[in-house]
Amino acid sequence: MAVYKRTYSAYQGTFTPTWSRFMILPRYSFSGVWQSRFLAMFRIAALFYPLGCAAYIYASHNLSFLTSLQVPTQVQNSFFSVTPNVFLYYCYVQGALAYILTAFVGPTLVSPDLVNGAMPLYLCRPFSRTEYILGKMSVLIYLLSAITWVPGLILFGIQASLAGLEWTTNNLWIAGSLFIGMMVWIVVLSLIALALSAWVKWKIAAGGLLLGVFFAGAGFGTAINAIMRTKNGSLINLTQVIYTVWMKLFRAEPDTGISVTSAWTCLAVVCALCLWLLMRRVRAFEVVK
Amino acid sequence: MDRSVTEAAVIELAGLSVRFGKREILHSLTRTVSGRTIGLLGPNGAGKSTLIQTLLGFCPSSAGSARIFGLDIHKDAQALRSLIGYMPENDAFIANMSAVSFVRLMGELAGLPSGAALERAHEVLFYVGLGEARYRPLGTYSLGMKQLAKLAQAIVHGPRLLILDEPTNGLDPPARLRMIRLIKEMKDTGTMHLVLCSHLLRDVEETCEEVLILKSGNIVHYSNLEEERRANKRFVELETVGDDQGFAGALTALGCECVNAGAGRMKMVLPVDFELRDIYRLAGERDLQLRRLNYRRDTLEDIFLKAMEV
Repeated sequence: MAVYKRTYSAYQGTFTPTWSRFMILPRYSFSGVWQSRFLAMFRIAALFYPLGCAAYIYASHNLSFLTSLQVPTQVQNSFFSVTPNVFLYYCYVQGALAYILTAFVGPTLVSPDLVNGAMPLYLCRPFSRTEYILGKMSVLIYLLSAITWVPGLILFGIQASLAGLEWTTNNLWIAGSLFIGMMVWIVVLSLIALALSAWVKWKIAAGGLLLGVFFAGAGFGTAINAIMRTKNGSLINLTQVIYTVWMKLFRAEPDTGISVTSAWTCLAVVCALCLWLLMRRVRAFEVVK
Repeated sequence: MDRSVTEAAVIELAGLSVRFGKREILHSLTRTVSGRTIGLLGPNGAGKSTLIQTLLGFCPSSAGSARIFGLDIHKDAQALRSLIGYMPENDAFIANMSAVSFVRLMGELAGLPSGAALERAHEVLFYVGLGEARYRPLGTYSLGMKQLAKLAQAIVHGPRLLILDEPTNGLDPPARLRMIRLIKEMKDTGTMHLVLCSHLLRDVEETCEEVLILKSGNIVHYSNLEEERRANKRFVELETVGDDQGFAGALTALGCECVNAGAGRMKMVLPVDFELRDIYRLAGERDLQLRRLNYRRDTLEDIFLKAMEV
């Protein structure tokens, strides 16, 4: 129908396949994220460390370059050597940046919909709660991937191209560990951010709560460890938990005092709790008791 | 479109019950409606919104089943939702989005391709009268404009059934008239069935062909307004002074449908071969004074009040 006619007529065209519809939400959410100048700057800043790592890898394979910079041979051999630890430290730094980015972006995804009562509008369409959560979560997955495992794998590719086939074959597990370690962290962060913003429905409070969960968890964990003379308090310190997982993935001995099984279990419980909270909150109606 | 879907009754309720915790909200509702516009009436807390939410698949039913166009509301929920447009009662929008982006998003979620959704968004926003304000963020809209934006998102994908929950809530008289006109226009296109849920009897009377009246989770009355209008029944309003005990019973015995409106007032529907002098005779026998006797058409208000007495 033409706009000037101003009469109602039914839609007669084709429909898109149902499976593809969860990808509509990220597209609209991204337009909001790109509008923020601060977030654009932050995402650029988050790539400085990977750039530094790339320079480090390049330098470690160009001894003549290091010699021209008058770097002593001892330092060249000890400091400029690409070990799995380089990638582990990469996880620490980029993981922290991913956490900060989640605190800014995560709460803006779900809470506005809940505050403005938009859920019935989403769910009265051929669009499920799972698709809604997947759609919102994929925004964070795209954003965090772009500053974590994607540049990480590029670094691995640079190292592989410079070190040769033998190194690559022997160290292919690093790429797998990097991808799995970062994806686990992204999923945990995304679920916590969405669940908290669905719970408090106020994005500023949700952002604060997300910061609080980690800092308060770390504080309480340390206090429990000190008072009870145990190491199990670290289980409520999510940073220590994910460090344990990363260390194990990069074949280092975890020094956090938590067993790897406990760390994986803890992450699974956190994810399950967040999903339960999301399923309770993301509904088209609320029963008032 | 499947032929069976096209020809089936609009809504079929078969012993539908809904329970929230220990409390049963809808009690075994059974009714088939097939009109083009169906009014859902009832006092606050009657279960109108719960029925709508159950039909949309938001609330699980504790017993029985319901079908829309022959499709089960739970088993065929996905297919059904692409046939339905829903305008909720409460505020429902995305504050920082412009109306055109909002309606486009809703169109895309309903299955329209991106380009077609944008085109339809412009069209329906012009149709509901928000053409000039379509690039403004929804958060800056007035209540009336938000109602129109909600209507636009409900019709963007050209649904076969449009469910309107209190569409004239909070509207000033001109805006209300505009909304009623839009509803009538959409009804007249013949491509859409409408369910209008309201507690404003006038809105329902002006737009609906069939009316379901709910009270405390039960269907207490079903009325086909179109048929009743065509039947041109004789409705009488009486005002009496004196002891009218047994008077209503005597009239009922003669085939009248009587409703006591209180303070000696009575409303009744006369059977086809009823003689008016019988009213005077019965009043005389009971020494009852008739102060007023008016012929009138049965309004929806009468039907509603009658239903509320059940």
